[in-house]
This record gives sequence, structure tokens and C-alpha cells, in this order.
Amino acid sequence: MKEMKFYGTPLPDVEQEPYTGKLIVIEGADGVGRSTHTALLRTWLESRGHAVLDTGMTRSVLAGRGIKEAKQGHTLGRLTMQLFYATDFADRLENEMLPALRAGFIVLTDRYIYSAIARAVVREADPSWVRAIYGIALVPDAVFYLNISSAEELVTRVLASGRGFDYWESGMDLYLGEDFYDSFVEYQTRMLREFERMKKEYGFRVLDASRSINRVAADLRRAVARVIDEGAIATQQQPAAGPKLRSVS
Amino acid sequence: MITYGHHRFPGKLFVVEGTDGSGKSTQLSLLYQWLKAEGYPVFFSEWNSSPLVKATTRRAKKRRLFTPTTFSLLHATDFADRTERDIFPPLKAGAIVLADRYIYTAFARDVARGCDRAWVRQIYSFAVRPTVSFFFRAPLDVAVDRILSARPRLKHYEAGLDMDWADDPEESFEIFQGKILGEYDRMVDEFGLTVIDATRSIEKQQREMRAIVKKHLNKEGAAPAR
Repeated sequence: MKEMKFYGTPLPDVEQEPYTGKLIVIEGADGVGRSTHTALLRTWLESRGHAVLDTGMTRSVLAGRGIKEAKQGHTLGRLTMQLFYATDFADRLENEMLPALRAGFIVLTDRYIYSAIARAVVREADPSWVRAIYGIALVPDAVFYLNISSAEELVTRVLASGRGFDYWESGMDLYLGEDFYDSFVEYQTRMLREFERMKKEYGFRVLDASRSINRVAADLRRAVARVIDEGAIATQQQPAAGPKLRSVS
Repeated sequence: MITYGHHRFPGKLFVVEGTDGSGKSTQLSLLYQWLKAEGYPVFFSEWNSSPLVKATTRRAKKRRLFTPTTFSLLHATDFADRTERDIFPPLKAGAIVLADRYIYTAFARDVARGCDRAWVRQIYSFAVRPTVSFFFRAPLDVAVDRILSARPRLKHYEAGLDMDWADDPEESFEIFQGKILGEYDRMVDEFGLTVIDATRSIEKQQREMRAIVKKHLNKEGAAPAR
């Protein structure tokens, strides 16, 4: 059992009883392999008999669709985007993550508040403003940061993936370069700088993501196993009931 | 990011606030007609009017997906879009912007719903401080009667039924409005709201409002810088 701890002002009306699950965050830049590793971890955890909930940005029932639609147009302002993402986060936190954690699930999240903070700060938001908003966030049991040394290395991966440069991942809304490539490099360089600053502040566990997928995955499994076992020694009890998850339609 | 009280725009921003049924929208539209007739460039911005957020809000209300926190954040998103689209540009261009409900509505409603006072204020710290914020103050029973006699049925969130204060919509609405009024009252000093007695005649209130607004305008159409 673990006490709930929040970064700042906790959510109103949320019972802050201890929980038995684990909140595990996979963070890192665009194209660094977060979703691949989240998927691998999920399969592995389930094979070990753990119930897993995985979640990520824009997957909320409340705001996911609205954000995706807003990003298709050309009228989405910076402040609006950041608050829309915060709404999405809060909905997933209250209705997916917390219930699952109380029910003893391992919650795997592809990005957490750190990506949102980095994106906002790179877009000239007041760092204390965005941190105050995300003060509602639960402090995770572990944050694994997939580290990469340069934006150029991310470029190689974007090219290898075959999907090309994305408008938002290239920070095209910031007018940083002549084209998607120039803008991508500059934007991701700034993002990496922000993540670098957050490593200590938020206690990231850093993994070298420039290695092969298999080696990174093996490291992650070992580290995640340790996080889970720490809890298992302290409490040997199993949750009685499943989580009260809202059905996704 | 420029925060509340630090923007320097040549335009002027006048906002109206108050509980439901206080008559503030009527007063603002009268002000709008007058300013237009006087030849000022004037823009109008309403609460909950962002085209980007509208569909999400509508769906969330219909399916009752909101918690106090997500209700607060989605309304802040809507307000951010209004700010970036309808408020910053005309103010920069030196126009007059009239806002029907502003950040104080969120402060009153969200805190009434249990959100932390300081947290809600932080979220909205990007907002422009209005030139004048009119608070149309009507006693609770007057405002509640005006709404209940005008509406066939109160809506779920409008009545505060999400908070389980009471099963009866009208009873819940009254509790909710009472809390909101309490929050407005404490904001009068905190934000220097200009209180207008909303129990007087429409004409009297409008005269008072115009006299106050006039002091902040100049003759050239575009309002002067402070």
C-alpha cells in the first residue's frame, strides 16, 4: 500500500486512501520509442500475471476527440492547446488511472505531465503556471526517461519509421525554420533541453535509448520488476475487486 | 506569457459578471448598442463560445462526464480560445471588447464546486485584467426567482446536480447560486469589481454603467493608452 502523493494542489473530492497499484511512466521525446516500449512492457507484465491499464495523451473519453479535431485546423492557439491537454490529463487521471491504481493495477502511461510541461514551456508559457495546473498529478512510482542525445538522432528514427515529419512534432506552430526538417531539429532540440532540466527535478530514471530496442526493453523490464517487487514485499495482499473503469465507446 | 495585470494594450476591456438572472447580459447589450452608435470599434465575447471546444463541452454535459476539475479545465480551455481569438487581437488593435462573463465566473463556479481557490486563479493567470469589471448584484431570492420563472427545466450542471447537494433541481440550484454569490462577494475587494445594484430599474443601471465606461474612453474612437 502506498499513500497518494500529489505534486501540488490535490484533486478536490478525491479520496486519498492508500493504493495498491503502481503508476509507471514512460517519458521521452517524439520518435524515441515510447509507444513501442509501452506495448512491450504491457505484454510482459500481463504474462507475469499483472493487470495493466495503459494510457497516453489524447486518449481521454472527455477531450481526446476534441483535441484531435482542433489539431487538424489552423486556429488552435497555444494557451488553448495547453489547457485542452490538461483537461484530457485530468479526465484520464480521475476516471482511469486513480480507479485502476486503487484496484491494484499497474498503470503504464506513455508520457505524463512532463511532456506537457516541456511543450508548454517551449511555447513560452510561464513554467510556474503550467506546473501549478499539473499540481493535481499523482507523483508516479517511477518515471523512466528514454534518453537520446540529439535531435539529429530523432530525425534518423523519424526517417526509419517511414511516416515522415508531423506538423506538431516539428513545432511548425512556432515558426522555427523554413521547412519541417529545420523546424523539427530546432523544436526537438528545445524539447530535449527542457527534459534535461526536468531529470533532477522529477527524479527521472534515465535509460539510454540510442541502443537496440531489445537491450532497452530488457533494462526496462528489470527496472520495472524492481519497482513492482518493492511494493510486493511491503504488502502481500491482492485486490478484491476490479477497477471501476468507465467504458470507452 | 504575460500574466494578469501586466498586459499593455491600447484597447479597453469591459466585462459583466453576476449570478444567473442578475440582468447583466441585457445591460451589456445596451452598452454595446450605445458604443456602436457613438462610433467606437467594439467587439463582443461571450462565455462558453469557443468553436474549438463547443462540441466537447456539449457532449460532456449530455453524457455527464464532468468532475469539478475537468469542468474547470475545459471551461478554462474555452476561455483561452476566446482570449487568443476574440480578446487579445482587438485589444492590441485598440478596440473595445465587451465580455459577457469573464474569469470571475470560473472563480465563483469552480470554487463553489470544491476546486481550490488558488489553483483556479493560477489557471487563469494569462487573462487580461479588465478596464472595468461590473458585478451585477441581485439578492439570491430575486435572481433565483427570475431564472426559475423563465426556465421550464433546469439543466444538470446549471442546477449543480452533479454535486449531490440536493435531489430537487430547484433546491440544488438555490444552494449552488448561494455559494456562487458568496464567492462573488469575496471577489469584490480582491479584484476591485464595480458593484451595480441589479434590483434597480434597467435604465438606471445602464446610466450608471455608461457614466463609468465613458470615463475610460476618448473621442477618437479607439480608446487611449493608459
